[in-house]
Amino acid sequence: MAKRPSPDSRRGNPGEIRAEFDPSGILKLHLAGHLDSGSTGGVWNQAMAALEQASAKRVVVDASEVDYCDISGIGLFVEVRRRQLKKGGEFEIHGLRPNFRKLLDLFDPSAFPGVPEKKQKSIDIPLEIGLAACRLWKDMGVFVAFVGEVAVALGRVAMHPRGIRWSQVAIVAEKAGVNALPIVALVSFLVGLIMAFQAAIPMRQFGAEIYVADLIALSMLRELGPLMTAIVLTGRSGSAFAAELGTMKVNEEIDALTTMGLDPVRFLVVPRIIAAVAVTPLLAVFADLVGVLGGSIVLVSLGYPLLTYVKEVISATTHVDLLGGLMKSAVFGIVVAGVGCLRGMETGIGATAVGDSTTRAVVAGIVLIVVIDGVFSVVFYQLGI
Amino acid sequence: MGQVEEPIIRVENLTAGYGGEAIVRDISFEVGRGEVFAIIGGSGSGKSTLMKHMIGLYKPLSGSVLIDGEDVLSAEGDQRFETLKKIGVMYQRGALFGSMTLLENVRLPLEEFTDLPPRAMDLIAMMKLKLVGLHGAEDQKPSELSGGMQKRAAIARAMALDPQILFLDEPSSGLDPLTSVEVDHLIVSLARSLGITFVVVSHELPSIFAIADRVIILDSKTKGLAAVGPPRDLQTNSKDSWVRHFLNRELIQDEIGNSVP
Repeated sequence: MAKRPSPDSRRGNPGEIRAEFDPSGILKLHLAGHLDSGSTGGVWNQAMAALEQASAKRVVVDASEVDYCDISGIGLFVEVRRRQLKKGGEFEIHGLRPNFRKLLDLFDPSAFPGVPEKKQKSIDIPLEIGLAACRLWKDMGVFVAFVGEVAVALGRVAMHPRGIRWSQVAIVAEKAGVNALPIVALVSFLVGLIMAFQAAIPMRQFGAEIYVADLIALSMLRELGPLMTAIVLTGRSGSAFAAELGTMKVNEEIDALTTMGLDPVRFLVVPRIIAAVAVTPLLAVFADLVGVLGGSIVLVSLGYPLLTYVKEVISATTHVDLLGGLMKSAVFGIVVAGVGCLRGMETGIGATAVGDSTTRAVVAGIVLIVVIDGVFSVVFYQLGI
Repeated sequence: MGQVEEPIIRVENLTAGYGGEAIVRDISFEVGRGEVFAIIGGSGSGKSTLMKHMIGLYKPLSGSVLIDGEDVLSAEGDQRFETLKKIGVMYQRGALFGSMTLLENVRLPLEEFTDLPPRAMDLIAMMKLKLVGLHGAEDQKPSELSGGMQKRAAIARAMALDPQILFLDEPSSGLDPLTSVEVDHLIVSLARSLGITFVVVSHELPSIFAIADRVIILDSKTKGLAAVGPPRDLQTNSKDSWVRHFLNRELIQDEIGNSVP
């Protein structure tokens, strides 16, 4: 299809500039062609250089050959005029077509004193430390309040189990639990396998390879099974909760729930926490099992019968090891879901805020998991478990 | 129907929709250079769908959209880019980048597509914000602004590269009457002083009557065009009573057969 020629077409001559300096102190700038966002750049630099070099008392811009000029081109005139007026010089413009002239008149020099220089912000270290401390203090307050709210809401649910949407719990349990099985299995299997392999090499020197079974069984059941599960849960579901609730906050959905008389904590947080508490121990059992299975591969390949491995595992562990680990993982579940939801509900405005909340949820989740794991170790040690 | 002397956009037998289901069917019209052109119609009649097809976001089920003689969709690489440079789009909810200030939002296209020196970009971005009445709000984040200011900032960003055509999706919806009038004035003054062609999707009738040179009215029942022409003219002289009712904001009492004029 043939292009129609048009008076407005952008395919004209690119902008040109010619500077003439009169020793009597007059700088003449002849501009010509198209001045649009694509072609003004080169002319701009030349004009500024000429202006700088001449520092004339009087600048006359001849724009009679400018055949098109958009806001970018007008910007050039505005900048020349601004610089000239700032220096206390005179400025004149001739020959600009009336329709472009009208545009130029939109930007009167007094309203456009120019572009402010970007100020470099100085860093005040004591101030920053103080602000960070205040934020931390506030954050802790929010955290305590949230724990209280959740506790109250959970108490209500315990009294009135019908006050919660169990279908929602089931959906979350499926997403956070069932769908996490493959990744939990993969991670635990590899941890068991690698640990067994690394342990078998030095233990072989003492002829104690069979105790690899004890090592794997105890460390998986007591520590690594629950820990790996919790970390996977943080990455998969803690972040998802934060992103989902954060987006709901941004879309005013949480406000809508509140004004409908539905407590967002009861409606959104409690189902997620219940689901997480329900599925995390199950995932941990699964992780224990697959981790021990991973260890068996190494021992079997070293020539021990599978039955020997199994018997050694059973004799090395007790119910207490298993249940202690599962209790830990239930606590991890509460913490991961709670922190994910809390960070989601705290989300500010906009897409960036959702990203920030998600990051904060994962970081806080992992930190809390490690801290709580440490606390559990101390408590179990004191109790002699 | 809908012929103009010097078309800048030509929609030919366009059938548009999502997932194989047509929302508008076999429509053709032209938009003249420098015109303020409005697309109106009831809710769900495909106004936004039509606009999104005109700017080449989606592939039409059939037919074509030519912008200044070029098909946006079939063009590749530089050609496509040249065509896209001619258009600016303001989305319904602004779609300003929340992590940037207003100045940075407007500067972004300048930074990416021009060789202007940094201070020139700042100045030009500030001038664009001044045009939409946001002088002084350069360093604010979109989230700190009211809805009306966000819309105006979005218009400023759409204008960053001085496009020949601006597409505005519901520029005055959700604004208070005074701000809405301000946006209308802005559109008319930009169209008259800069010669920018506007394609405005709207269902705010007062605003349509104030700004539009011509309108097309989409009909959700026939999925076609119910009318094309100057809004005042259609309001009184349209042969289609549904169109007259629509433009006069009258309730339609009984089922009226909608025939495309």
